[in-house]
Amino acid sequence: MDALTTPLLAGTATGALLLIAALGLALTFGQMGVINMAHGEFLMAGAYTAYLTQQVVTNTDLSILVALPAAFLVAGCLGLLLEVSIIAWMYRRPLDTLLVTVGVGLLLRQLAKDVFGAQGDPVHTPGWLDGNILVFGYHWPYRQMFTILLALAALAGLGALLKYTSYGRRIRATVQNRDLAETMGVSTRSVDRVTFFVGSGLAGIGGVAVSLISGTNPNLGTTYIISAFLVVVAGGLGQLRGTVIAAFTVGIVTAFFTDWLSSSMAQVLTFALVVVFLQARPQGLFTVRTRGLA
Amino acid sequence: MTGTVLALTATLGLSACGGSKSGESSAAESCVDTSGDTVKLGFLNSTSGAMAISEQTVRDSLALAAEEINASGGILGKQIEPVVEDGASDPATFAEKIEKLLTGDCVAAVFGGWTSASRKAMLPVVEADNGLLFYPVQYEGLEASKNIYYTGATTNQQIIPAMDFLKSQGVKTLFLAGSDYVFPRTANKIIKQYAADLGIEIVGEEYVPLDDDDWTTQVAKIVAAKPDFVFNTINGSSNVGFIKAYYEQGLSPAVSPIISVSIAEEEAPAMGKDVTGQYAAWNYFQSVDSPANATFIKAFQDKYGKKRPTSDPMEAAYTSLYLYKSLVEKADSFDVDKINAAADGVSFDAPEGTVTIDGENHHIAKTGLIGRINADNQFDVVWSSDGPIEPDPFLKGYDWWDPSKE
Repeated sequence: MDALTTPLLAGTATGALLLIAALGLALTFGQMGVINMAHGEFLMAGAYTAYLTQQVVTNTDLSILVALPAAFLVAGCLGLLLEVSIIAWMYRRPLDTLLVTVGVGLLLRQLAKDVFGAQGDPVHTPGWLDGNILVFGYHWPYRQMFTILLALAALAGLGALLKYTSYGRRIRATVQNRDLAETMGVSTRSVDRVTFFVGSGLAGIGGVAVSLISGTNPNLGTTYIISAFLVVVAGGLGQLRGTVIAAFTVGIVTAFFTDWLSSSMAQVLTFALVVVFLQARPQGLFTVRTRGLA
Repeated sequence: MTGTVLALTATLGLSACGGSKSGESSAAESCVDTSGDTVKLGFLNSTSGAMAISEQTVRDSLALAAEEINASGGILGKQIEPVVEDGASDPATFAEKIEKLLTGDCVAAVFGGWTSASRKAMLPVVEADNGLLFYPVQYEGLEASKNIYYTGATTNQQIIPAMDFLKSQGVKTLFLAGSDYVFPRTANKIIKQYAADLGIEIVGEEYVPLDDDDWTTQVAKIVAAKPDFVFNTINGSSNVGFIKAYYEQGLSPAVSPIISVSIAEEEAPAMGKDVTGQYAAWNYFQSVDSPANATFIKAFQDKYGKKRPTSDPMEAAYTSLYLYKSLVEKADSFDVDKINAAADGVSFDAPEGTVTIDGENHHIAKTGLIGRINADNQFDVVWSSDGPIEPDPFLKGYDWWDPSKE
């Protein structure tokens, strides 16, 4: 039984992490056509925020709860800064944004190395997350359940923002037809900024979850960014529904391959599977006529 | 990519040069000028990139050794003039920089390198130039060059003592966890063959890529296998993910303790978990009780601060500069060929204990130590080999070793 439960549960947790990382990417690509290669570094920024929070809030049990909104703000503001200073000048030039954001990512990574050192710093797991529960032979860590809850909360929050708030309406309008939305009085500039802030902030939350697995280190984001892009592409660009399904599928499939073969082989096979899948369905899991987000 | 091509071109060009002046082995070092009051030595460590945090500690202890040697009169009466270069955590850069140090700066010897990839990149250059490289880190062995002195452990001084320790503890089952690159795979190949000889059963073997920190699936396999011990050849930050997953799934030193070959005094506090009671195999710990070590620690902390721990690669680097001094003084020359001719039996009272150079393979005899991590993140020595172990990089003296067998 545990031959099934281990990869299933561990894979769901990995999928949840990929989902939080991919949500922001899907959001900014869907709305603005921006391929943000610095997104992984926003994840890293979230992890370092968790570390810094633990230096200030020394009560470990509380510090993670403080770190979550703090990481959202820090990564969100970094994203906003990137949008205002660079991205805004090159909308609808996806290749340019891709190259520029690769550079920004390098810059942020080196900055983290210079400020915090290359080795990384520990983030301590709070007491209430430290432990496991035995599920069909797998000692399922509380931390993995927490990651899954976090991903679902992020998804629900984003869904609510898009569906029930006036900003959400404006985002959807901008995605569907930017010119028309502008004619109707929507400031697409401010909508873009909010989208970038929220998308980057979500990466910050993901960074806190990652920091509970591995602590911080300057290269932390690069591990996740490629898989997150894989999820966005496989799910169908600009499709939240597809992103969700693709994230959990990639997570679980990788975990099964890891269990049966090896970690390195699992990455290769998962990528190969997605490549084959995209041959058959170049548009990803779901097709949209208008680039609807919800 | 460009860097690799450049290094390759440089290397090829060099071997061509070396070939054209065959027979004139002294031609290359004729550029080393020791007629003045100083001797130039190259310090080539990564002070940028992923390896910077580790290699900077080596750079610091090299600087300390140079300062001490200069204060006590230098080498053959000449003051050391360090020429420092950054290897930038990139093997191709190491190859370019050592070429620059040997033929441009005309240094008498180079000290540095950390990853095996960096050493492998420097090897053809230092051989073509007939230069000298002192390499301070434990590695996977199976190498010997007349132009390299290896002052870190080879496998029969770290991996094999660790296995002997496990045998002495009555260990019956062992799980191997490593990063997916050359050192862990070579180390595990040796471990598996020796384990078969010792009657220890390998109940699992898992690798995770260096940049991947999520070990939950692999640790679940350790939980299921219930090994007496876990042999850890994981490198760098990936250890943090491993250690966290290990404790998260209910493992502990009481159930399946871990023995590591890369967690030292600096790494232990950075794990994000209390790792008290886990083990590591090295040839030096800060806790080693010797007058030479007390002097070394005091000098190091006076220079760099009380909070800075000392570690095995730092000690090996510090020792390498003193060994070089002894080598030159015995040869009474800075000439590489004369140094090599004088090398066998040169020794130094190092912080780890007395070390002696083997003139055959250019490694040094070192004592194998096993330490258990205490609450201060220092290591209590719980086991030691019977005196220094002769270096045997190709494991010729071990009849269970068959390099062709997986």
